[in-house]
Amino acid sequence: MPPRNAAAAEATLSTRPAEPSDLPVVIALDAEITGLAKEQYWKEQYEWYGRKRLDRFFIIAESDGTPVGFIVGEIRAWEFGSSPSGWIFAVNVKPDARLQGVASLLVDTICACFRLAGVSTVRTMVRKDQTLLTSFFRSQGMRAGPFIELEKSL
Amino acid sequence: MRLQVATRLALYAILELASDPDRQFSATEIADRFGISVNHLSKVLRSLGRAGLVEAVRGAGGGYRFVGNAKRITLLDLIRLFEDVDSSGEGGREAADATPEGRVLGSVLEEIEDITRVTLSSISVATMLKLIAAERHPQRKPEGVVPLFGG
Repeated sequence: MPPRNAAAAEATLSTRPAEPSDLPVVIALDAEITGLAKEQYWKEQYEWYGRKRLDRFFIIAESDGTPVGFIVGEIRAWEFGSSPSGWIFAVNVKPDARLQGVASLLVDTICACFRLAGVSTVRTMVRKDQTLLTSFFRSQGMRAGPFIELEKSL
Repeated sequence: MRLQVATRLALYAILELASDPDRQFSATEIADRFGISVNHLSKVLRSLGRAGLVEAVRGAGGGYRFVGNAKRITLLDLIRLFEDVDSSGEGGREAADATPEGRVLGSVLEEIEDITRVTLSSISVATMLKLIAAERHPQRKPEGVVPLFGG
């Protein structure tokens, strides 16, 4: 049986590594939020992140045994001159399961994985207009780091 | 960025009141805690009351208490009650604003102000209280969560 984490205050919440059978739920949840069903994209993401390696993580949150959210991340090193650090690429929770600590448990879980792998910094990138998501990461103690994203139209 | 005095007093008052929403704090108590003018603070508390963020409790043992939603009210919400953070620059438009130099300078300043607004709008009162708790107890780490991989 894979390892699990149960939230201290909410005994019904737990996290576990993603399984291939979770993909339909992940695709549906992402489609519910973004309005786009990206089946092939999530299959490729699972192939890359879901193989239970020690540097790539695809984690599912369950409430009473039902998947209600997921988080995806990996450890990357030396891009932009950065020493190894954990990156969170996606976090998503079903709207009717929010405000119950699901996303916080997912972040705590992936941070524990990052810590075990030996990194001491976790990063993510959020669109400036995604206030709710930015507020969530802020509530987890994250703040502006040493990098600034720059771009231009081509 | 430098906030006006009234704005800073409002932020200190809200953070103190929201730290224990069941408790009533007197204006003197909050003023003493931060070393600020009780008269000025009282005016600020009245503004916060009109905004529906604090409630004045009259009578013996009365005072103010926080009645807002700490998870939803952001620093930007509070600052906007006391000052304008949405218009660029001070003193209105100038003729030079229409020149290429003025337009480029304006766009750079707008980029900076945009980051300021995004930052202030992403930090709730609840997040500020968490940061303050971490400032008081810097060694505390999340407990009880184990890695799912390896080990």
